[in-house]
Amino acid sequence: MFFEGINFLFPNDMYVHWSLMIVMYPYITGLVAGAFIVSSMYHVFGKEEFRPIGRYSLLTSLAFLLCATLPLLNHLGHPERALNIMVTPKFSSAMAGFGVLYSFYLLILLLEVWLVFRQDIVEYARTSTGFWRWFYKILALGVYDVSEKALENDHKVITVLAAIGIPAACMLHGYVGFLFGGIKANPWWSTALMPVIFLVSAVVSGIAALVVFYQIAMKMRGEKIDQPCISSMARLLWLFMILTVTLELLEIITLAYEKAEEWEVIHTLLTNQLSFSFFSLQMILGALIPFILLMTVVLMDRHLRDPLRNTLTFVASSLLLIQVFAMRWNVVIGGQLFSKSFRGFRDYHPHFLEKEGVLAAVMLAVLPCILLVVLNRILPAFTSKTSPQSE
Amino acid sequence: MKEDKKTEIEKTDNKEELGRREFIKKGCELAFGAFLFLGILPIRTSRAGITASAEPETPGEGYNWEEHYYAYLIDTRKCIGCGMCVRACSLENKVPDGFYRTWVERYEVSERGEVYIDSPKGGREGFDPIFPGFHSTKAFFVPKMCNHCDNTPCSQVCPVGASYNTKDGVVLVDEKRCVGCGYCIQACPYGSRFLNPITRTANKCTWCYHRITKGLKPACVQACPVGARKFGDLKREDDEVRRILATERINVLQAEMLTKPKCYYLGVDREVR
Repeated sequence: MFFEGINFLFPNDMYVHWSLMIVMYPYITGLVAGAFIVSSMYHVFGKEEFRPIGRYSLLTSLAFLLCATLPLLNHLGHPERALNIMVTPKFSSAMAGFGVLYSFYLLILLLEVWLVFRQDIVEYARTSTGFWRWFYKILALGVYDVSEKALENDHKVITVLAAIGIPAACMLHGYVGFLFGGIKANPWWSTALMPVIFLVSAVVSGIAALVVFYQIAMKMRGEKIDQPCISSMARLLWLFMILTVTLELLEIITLAYEKAEEWEVIHTLLTNQLSFSFFSLQMILGALIPFILLMTVVLMDRHLRDPLRNTLTFVASSLLLIQVFAMRWNVVIGGQLFSKSFRGFRDYHPHFLEKEGVLAAVMLAVLPCILLVVLNRILPAFTSKTSPQSE
Repeated sequence: MKEDKKTEIEKTDNKEELGRREFIKKGCELAFGAFLFLGILPIRTSRAGITASAEPETPGEGYNWEEHYYAYLIDTRKCIGCGMCVRACSLENKVPDGFYRTWVERYEVSERGEVYIDSPKGGREGFDPIFPGFHSTKAFFVPKMCNHCDNTPCSQVCPVGASYNTKDGVVLVDEKRCVGCGYCIQACPYGSRFLNPITRTANKCTWCYHRITKGLKPACVQACPVGARKFGDLKREDDEVRRILATERINVLQAEMLTKPKCYYLGVDREVR
């Protein structure tokens, strides 16, 4: 028992070292992994309902992956030494795996995007003029063979790449969970469930983001939103959100039930410092409400009119995006709000304009979206110049 | 009865006589000690001034790290919370304000098990009287610092190998390699590490590596007026710390973490984490 009102922190524990940037980092890589798994639904598992977003989800994954290192670079004390993690990694550290996992996944994703869009690239290289002709010629990498046999080969390679890509995406994001789960000094992080929780919530954020992006993209283009696609995504989203919330609760219930030394500090953390972001955001607004909304879509699918189904999934997905962000916040920041003394708490309120502040985080969230729009301009995912069977 | 009284008086007389003699003897010793202390103090500080300007973590000339294996002993029963060690450390190592390579915690515990703990400015300026709101029945100071673990969680998680263990048992950070990711700070269960705001790299106690490799003691050990801090070399047979570790009941902080600290504690209470 410690004296009520005491707030004793170890003198070096006054600051939250891992800032908002380290909340953004797993959020962004989560979207990468999640979007890739959605694309694999079509490319590996052959789920025809996912065809309308098969290519778009690949571009989403790539857009976010290209931005995934930015929050880290902004956070490092010496970003100019960042490449040391790749050049001279020390593999006793989980963090040293970053270089290998990131590069490997980037390679797989680039190859897959290229192969999936190859037929279009060749077509654009032939039909466009001026600068764009050169641009697509470079993208085509000198391969113009789009015979049926070549495309069939492409398809085989795509399936293999996507199949490798699933474990690669899981590793990339599971590793982020492991960074936290492997810290025995922090009871709020240290659990073998952490990588699994990160992974499952990554899938949730990926599907949710695609539901939102897809609907916005279709609205902008003035095209009809594919309803079988939306209901399949809603079903998948519902399944994964149930899984993620179950796992998140399971971890806390275990801690509460075991009542070990750390529960005292975690209990205070949950009921005071994180009461809003955990209970209100992560559990009620972000989980309970979308659970009900998606349940409606899943169970009453036949009785719903299209606009209602679109609205329900859109709202549920937006709320789930908040849920996943709240979860990342609660893990990363929550784990640093208590001192290692287990007897005191510190505050963290990011400023708007500071280097690792709110504005930087908003920019990091917007940047991949802009990049996605640009990528979608270069390699249009929804309009295929060639046959619709091109993938 | 009379005889008894007489002998009693004789005895007490005898005692007083002995006491007087001892008093003079002790007085002389004390005067000599004070003279030595006052005489040496200026030399100490001037020496500290010289070494502080030297390159940190540079071993002395001809130093062989295979011949040493260091350990640190803290006797919490002796600590008086004066903060000399914290001041000496920050002078010696130019520790930035608001961060601590070593610090002193004060514990007040009541009979009912209530605990009050504080460490204002790391105990640097000593401690003011407090009224914790309960009747404390025991109180003590606990000096803390990097535990220089054998099974090092901080070095383990360093992605670039900037944090490492030396062969003589010290955990150091290479400022020129550290990327400033802060992972080691998260991994240390003792709160011993911090991110130096000036160099933007991880920083921590080095046991004054630049001093111990020249045969000197760490600044905090040298500064402690009561001998609560002891520094030893386990490869030396006549070492005091080695003897105490072998013969006394010692403890380490957060033993359940299995980090195998090389900072050992005497008389540490269960309330101390």
